Amino acid sequence: MNAPLMALRLRDVSVSLAGQAVLHDIDMSFLAGRWTSIVGPNGAGKSTLLKAMAGLLPVSGRVFLFHQELMAMDRTQRAQQLSWLGQNESASDDLRVWDVVMLGRMPHQAWLAAPNVHDHAVVETALKATQAWDWRERSLGQLSGGERQRVLLARAMAVQAQVMLMDEPLANLDPPHQVDWLEQVRCLTAQNTTVISVLHEVGMALHADDLVVMQAGRVVHQGACADAQTHRAVEAVFDHRIAIHPVGDEWVAIPKR
Amino acid sequence: MTHHGARCSPVWVALFLVSVCVLGVALGSAVGSTGFESWLNAWHDEVAWQIVWDIRLPRSVGACAAGALLGLAGALAQGLFRNPLADPYLLGSASGASLGVAVALALLGGDPFATEFLVRLGLTGAAFVGAVLAVLLTLVLARGVQHTLRLLLAGVIVGVVLGALASLITLMRPDVLQGMQGFLLGSTSFIGWNACVLMLAVLVLCAVVAFALSRVLDALSLGEATAISLGLPLAPVRVALVGVLALATGAAVAQTGLVAFVGLAAPHLVRSIVKTQHNWMVLLSALMGGALLLAADLLARMLLSPQEMPVGVLTAVLGGGYLLWLMYRSQAARTA
Repeated sequence: MNAPLMALRLRDVSVSLAGQAVLHDIDMSFLAGRWTSIVGPNGAGKSTLLKAMAGLLPVSGRVFLFHQELMAMDRTQRAQQLSWLGQNESASDDLRVWDVVMLGRMPHQAWLAAPNVHDHAVVETALKATQAWDWRERSLGQLSGGERQRVLLARAMAVQAQVMLMDEPLANLDPPHQVDWLEQVRCLTAQNTTVISVLHEVGMALHADDLVVMQAGRVVHQGACADAQTHRAVEAVFDHRIAIHPVGDEWVAIPKR
Repeated sequence: MTHHGARCSPVWVALFLVSVCVLGVALGSAVGSTGFESWLNAWHDEVAWQIVWDIRLPRSVGACAAGALLGLAGALAQGLFRNPLADPYLLGSASGASLGVAVALALLGGDPFATEFLVRLGLTGAAFVGAVLAVLLTLVLARGVQHTLRLLLAGVIVGVVLGALASLITLMRPDVLQGMQGFLLGSTSFIGWNACVLMLAVLVLCAVVAFALSRVLDALSLGEATAISLGLPLAPVRVALVGVLALATGAAVAQTGLVAFVGLAAPHLVRSIVKTQHNWMVLLSALMGGALLLAADLLARMLLSPQEMPVGVLTAVLGGGYLLWLMYRSQAARTA
């Protein structure tokens, strides 16, 4: 076995938005090839943390992507290694599904170059993986919220980045497609892709390899999903209004009265 | 749901629009108080030749070029600000351009419809500077482009204030008042070959830059965060696009005055025919704008013949009607 590789590392990262401190001194690492879910109550700073890791926000402190400092990296190189799927992304209704997913290949293409055979193959694979292949000729405006979300997921996958950051990727997805998404993530991590997601549904988050538990702009716990200590931390940040129980091989979060 | 919608190939739409423009220019060279006669006699009658070559043809070519500039600017504005209501005029650029023209006329004197190349170039420059400053002022007031309502509101405010300033200048200088009046209504009647050359040159430049930056507009339609995550240099591209937007609007406004609604309606019409990426969107909107203004110009010359109405009045009426219909249709679709 090789020594575990750090995909992302944060050192003393703090973020202020409009003069207000939103994240405080975050210090943590993410192992390559694992799926980590970030959970916590509303306003805990989950999305802000994800944006800070994607280099989308000015931060104090340092973020490293595979030992390279994120903000010092070349824009294209960073885009090739780090893929982003935002929350409630607005998308023009006019673009064709195929063209939307092809945008994911931009970091690999020269400025005015036409997509090559490999780009086409990657887009086809991503569309088939998210079961969006049949709508490739449709415009986004002709899709439902869940269908659109699957297309945007395919767009993020088409980057073929080693690290994928996803903010609420399950929004608008019905249960069968939520399960499909879980399988997609398993496939990605099996190929050594690092997946970090923000999920407000604790039940879904408990399927991850690791959990990051946040409260009031701080990371209060980071640990394996199966770990009892992690469960206690999750229950605590939700004021013990949920309880985590085993069901078969899985863990479920049950609301408490 | 197997609804695929009516879909045309952008190539066919482009070919169709080019044919419409060519046909429109040909028709435009044949319409006027002397009718087809001048056209038929053009080869052996000097006066007829002058009517066709020096008056009708540049007017039609110019109407097409100005419409194309406005259509292109409209498509850019809507893509850049991710807002289908964004119009080169709604961002204050048109009033900025007309203020620029008014200032230039008041300072240097002269006629807004003079045909000398240097005067046209100077007026275009003044209109461009005015348009850029007005768009920048709108963006500053709206604190960026993210908040749609704030952006439109800021554009309206800038438009009204700069328009009032332009009116004030023309009132203080009665010698330019009459010229400015025609200019504010929007008119294609005084376009000469120099204005045509200028507009076509600006059109080619703007189209090339817009085409080269069109993929950024595609990426921007997925949100700013996604565009940044794809490694795009957003800030310089935005500056370049606002520059192109202002140049295209300024060039059109300096030659034809305030022709309303073409920049807003052209991209909408294109979208209702074909769904496509921004590279085609920009080109098709330009062609559609050219076809629209040509058609409006022909109508303006024919409706009250032998008199004619300012084409800006006609586009305002037709464009307003079209937008109302669009609004009604989208409301009906939402309640259906």
